[in-house]
Amino acid sequence: MSGTVCPECDAALEIPADVMENELIACLDCGSELEVIALDPVQLELAPEVEEDWGE
Amino acid sequence: MHIGVLITHVRAEEKLLLTALRDQGVDLDVLPDRDLLFDLSAGPEQLSSAGRAWQDYDLVLERCVSTSRGLFTLAVLDSWGVRTLNSYRTAAICADKARCSLAFADAGLPQPRTLLSFEARTTLGAIESLGYPAVLKPVTGSWGRLLARVNDADAAEALIEHRQTLGSYNHHVYYSQEMVDKPGRDIRAFVIGERTVCAIYRTSPHWITNTARGGVASNCPVTPELDDLCQRAAAAVGGGLLAIDVLETGDGRLLLNEINHTMEFRNSSAPTGVDIPAEVAAFVLAQASVPV
Ligand SMILES: [Zn+2]
Repeated sequence: MSGTVCPECDAALEIPADVMENELIACLDCGSELEVIALDPVQLELAPEVEEDWGE
Repeated sequence: MHIGVLITHVRAEEKLLLTALRDQGVDLDVLPDRDLLFDLSAGPEQLSSAGRAWQDYDLVLERCVSTSRGLFTLAVLDSWGVRTLNSYRTAAICADKARCSLAFADAGLPQPRTLLSFEARTTLGAIESLGYPAVLKPVTGSWGRLLARVNDADAAEALIEHRQTLGSYNHHVYYSQEMVDKPGRDIRAFVIGERTVCAIYRTSPHWITNTARGGVASNCPVTPELDDLCQRAAAAVGGGLLAIDVLETGDGRLLLNEINHTMEFRNSSAPTGVDIPAEVAAFVLAQASVPV
């Protein structure tokens, strides 16, 4: 585990040790869906909005 | 061996799959669809975003949450002779409910009565002939979006009028289906190659039982009848890695509902006790090893 902050609400976020690039992570404070855009150090940004053709 | 994995982003499923593949010692390139750029006037010698020529992949696993990006990419790779899972043909059939229904009918497989129409007048007639309640679906929708249960003629008229005012031509293709009086649940079976590896019941007080919509998963035994139906359904769309949705009728028959070609399974390993990502990884490796 390492820590960073939510880019939306600044809440502290625990990042799992096995985190992957492009992984989606939820902020438990504000409910935002975030995407890991870089590792080492971990950088997060707001995940893209769901599009009409998403899903199975 | 070189395996590419196409992603939109890494959800729970992709994380499990990437981990399972790496556990098998596979050399993986993760290929985000945002980075894709194909020269359609050239060939498979061009490089992926990982710097490898597309023709050098033994297999590319398509896991895009974006159906359109996944389909176009599979079309390109298919044309270039790059082996993919699923195949372009399978994905193109499964992504289109009308084509999927045709494939079931061609193979003589049981499904709810399903009608296709393009205008308000014919669609109203279609729903009337199915009887109320009926189900109106978009042909290319996912996650249960825009599924409508039509309870009476007033609702049918209102729904069709709403759809007609929506701009996209997609909304003007009407796929109407007999409502199956299912017992508060449906079945999702996971087919990997020639095996139905496990199945879940998705139970919900709501008539839409998708786990993406709050349906609860529990183990469903893979009976010989379910296995046989799923194998025939998978074969009808070309086979591969498939999640097959099956409805039970009040009198105990099984009907095919739809097939998903980018299956979501995060809630299904625990109730079934089957390690779905490990099963998928083993199948991917086996397929990648088959001589071209
Ligand atoms: Zn937040």
